[in-house]
Amino acid sequence: MSLLEIKNLHARIGDTGILHGIDLTIGRGEVHAIMGPNGSGKSTLSYVLSGRDGYEVTEGDILLDGESVLEMEADERARAGMFLAFQYPVELPGVGGMAFLRAAVNARKRDAGKDEVDQLEFVKMVRAEAKNLGIKDDMLKRPVNVGFSGGEKKRYEILQMALLKPSMAILDETDSGLDVDALKIVSEGVNLLRSVERGMLVITHYQRLLNHIVPDQVHILAGGRIVKSGDKTLALEVEENGYSGLGDAA
Amino acid sequence: MVATVETIEAVEQATGAYKYGFVTDIETEKSPKGLSEDVIRFISGKKMEPEWMLTWRLKAYRYWLKMTPPDWAKLNVPPIDYDNIYYYAAPKSAEAPKSLDEVDPELLRTYEKLGIPLNEQKMLAGVAVDAVFDSVSVATTFREELAKAGVIFCPISEAIREYPDLVRKYMGSVVPVSDNYFSALNSAVFTDGSFVYIPKGVRCPMELSTYFRINEKNTGQFERTLIIAEDSSYVSYLEGCTAPQRDENQLHAAVVELVAQTDAEIKYSTVQNWYPGDETGKGGIYNFVTKRGACRGDRSKISWTQVETGSAITWKYPSCVLKGKDSVGEFYSVAVTNGAQQADTGTKMIHLGEGSRSTIISKGISAGRSNNTYRGLVEMNKAAENSRNFTQCDSLLVGDTCGAHTVPYMVSRNPSAKIEHEATTSRISEDQLFYCLQRGLDEEEAVSLIVNGFCKEVMNELPMEFAVEAQKLIGISLEGSVG
Repeated sequence: MSLLEIKNLHARIGDTGILHGIDLTIGRGEVHAIMGPNGSGKSTLSYVLSGRDGYEVTEGDILLDGESVLEMEADERARAGMFLAFQYPVELPGVGGMAFLRAAVNARKRDAGKDEVDQLEFVKMVRAEAKNLGIKDDMLKRPVNVGFSGGEKKRYEILQMALLKPSMAILDETDSGLDVDALKIVSEGVNLLRSVERGMLVITHYQRLLNHIVPDQVHILAGGRIVKSGDKTLALEVEENGYSGLGDAA
Repeated sequence: MVATVETIEAVEQATGAYKYGFVTDIETEKSPKGLSEDVIRFISGKKMEPEWMLTWRLKAYRYWLKMTPPDWAKLNVPPIDYDNIYYYAAPKSAEAPKSLDEVDPELLRTYEKLGIPLNEQKMLAGVAVDAVFDSVSVATTFREELAKAGVIFCPISEAIREYPDLVRKYMGSVVPVSDNYFSALNSAVFTDGSFVYIPKGVRCPMELSTYFRINEKNTGQFERTLIIAEDSSYVSYLEGCTAPQRDENQLHAAVVELVAQTDAEIKYSTVQNWYPGDETGKGGIYNFVTKRGACRGDRSKISWTQVETGSAITWKYPSCVLKGKDSVGEFYSVAVTNGAQQADTGTKMIHLGEGSRSTIISKGISAGRSNNTYRGLVEMNKAAENSRNFTQCDSLLVGDTCGAHTVPYMVSRNPSAKIEHEATTSRISEDQLFYCLQRGLDEEEAVSLIVNGFCKEVMNELPMEFAVEAQKLIGISLEGSVG
C-alpha cells in the first residue's frame, strides 16, 4: 500500500479553483519533488494536504496509509502523521519553545494511547536533535520563532520534524530565504530524516535545493495540474530552459 | 504542592462548563433579607463586635444611603435590588471552630472539591489558608506556626475582637468609608475576610491564602481584608474565589486595604473565578471590588497581580498610593472575558513621594460577545520629583463579536516626572492557529497556548504554586470561543 495517494484532486479557495485534478502517489522511503512557477498551486497543494481551513476539496481524494483524510481536521491529520514544514513559520509570542515542542509530541502520544513524554528525557532528546541541526540551546529557550532569522526558522521546522517523526513530510519552499550555508545545514538535516519508513514531498521553485536533497521523482506543477514527471534530471531541464520550456502544458 | 495538584486534577477531569458550579447542601443561619440599621446591628451582634465597630458600620450605612452607584465604567449594570439580598449567611455548624476537627465535614468536602484541602496533614505546599464560606471564616490553617514568627493571620471578625487597636488604627485608613458607593456598602455590612499583620523585620515564612466561596442563594459576599506590613517585613498573599452556578445574579463587594511601612513589601495575588453566568448572560457574580494599597514608608513596595477569568461583571481597580520616598507600585493583570461577560478593570498609581516608581502590565483577552476594558490612572503629584511610570496595555481579541477598550488617564503636576504608555491590540491569527494545529494540538489547546503566551509576563509574577492552576483556568475560560 502506498503511503500517500492523491487522486484526481480538485480544490478551490472561495470561488477560485486552484487545483484541477492532481494524481500523485508516494511510497514509504520515497522523496518526491514538486516544482512549478509562482501561482501554479504549490502552496495550495501543501495546505490542502494538511487540511487548512478555507481550502475546499471539490473532487478527488487524499489517502494516507489507505485512509481518506478529507474528513479529518488539520490537527487529526497531523497526529495521523502528516507534517508540513512551513514556508513562513509563524511566530508565537510568549510561547516557550520547549513547552510548545512538548505539547506537540504529547498530543501525538496521547492519540496513540501512549504515556506522555518525561520532561527531563524530552529536554535531552531535543538538545540532541538540535545539535544535529546546529541549533543553539539559547534558541530553544526563546518563544517559538520569535526573533529567529530566516535560517533559524527553517532549521526549527526541521527540528520539529525530527521530534514528531511524521510518516509523511511536506516541505514547502524550505529553501526560500536561505543563503548557501543555511541551505546546506537544512538540507543535511532533512537528509538525516530520510528513512525507509517516511515519505517526503519537497516543494520548491528552484532546482538548487534538489542538489542537496536528491529526489527520487520530480513533478512539474502548472496551472493546478502535474504536467510532467520524471527523475531528478527533469529538475535540471527546468533549470536550463525555465518552466516555459515545458511547452503548452505549462 | 498537593493543593495545586488536586486543583489541576479537578480542573482536568471536568469538561467544558464552569467547574465549581455545585452547591453545598448545608444548614445556614441568615440575617433577615434586605438592608437596614437593624440588619447591620444583627451582623455586628453575630460577630460579637465592640460598640465602636457598630458605630463605624452605621456611619458607613448612612453615607451609602446618600450615594449613587458609579456609572462611568463601560459596563451595562442592571439595577440591583439591595433589599432582595441576604447580607449575612453562615453555616450553622461553623460558629468559631477551634480546630479543623470541629469543622462540618460537609464544608471540608466542599473545599476539597474545589481543590483546597484544609486538612493540615495534606497541606504540604506550605501555604496557610483562611477559608471564607458565605459570611464567615470556617477555617484558618497553620496559625500556630505563623504565630511563632509573630505573624497574625486570622478572620477579620476575630481581629476586631482580639486586636482592636490595630484594626481601629488601619481599617478605613486606605479606603475611607465614603470612598465610593461599594466601599460604603461594604463598610456597613462586611461579614468576614482576612486580617494579616507582619511585625517589623519579619519575612512571613509561608504564602498566605484566603479562599472565598459564595454558596447560599440570594446572598451577597462582602468581605474585608486588611494587611499590614511593618518596617522591613515581607508577605505574599493570594486569594481565590468561586461560586455555584445560579440563574440569578449575586453581588460581591469587597474592600481590601494594604499598608506597607518603611522597606516593607506586600505581594498580593488574586485568581478570581466567580461564576461568570451562562452563554446568554444569565446569572453570574457582580464583582464590585475596591482594592488599594498604601506605600506609606520610604522604599516600600506593593505589587498587585490578578488573573480575572470569572464574574458576569467586574469593576475593579487595585491601586497604589505611593507616599514613601522611592516607593514602588506594581500592577500585573490578566483579564479574560468570554460569553456575555463584562470587565472594566485596571489600576490607579498615585505618586506622592519623590522618586516613586510604578509599573503597569495589563493583558486583556476578549472572546465571545464580551467586553473587556482597561481603565487606569497614573497621577504624578507636585512632590513626586523624578517619579516614573511605565504602562503597557495589550489586548487580544478572539473572534469578531467581542470588544477590547483601553482608557488611560494621565495627570502630571511635576515636570520632572516621566510617564510612558504603550498599547497594542491584536487578534489570534489564523496563521498561528493553523501552525499549532499542524503540529497536532487541538484547537482549544492551541488557543490556550497562544493566550498563555500572550499573558506570560503577568503569569510569571504569580507565586509558582498557583501559576499552573491559573494557566489551566485561562484555557478553560476560553473553551468554546473558537471554531
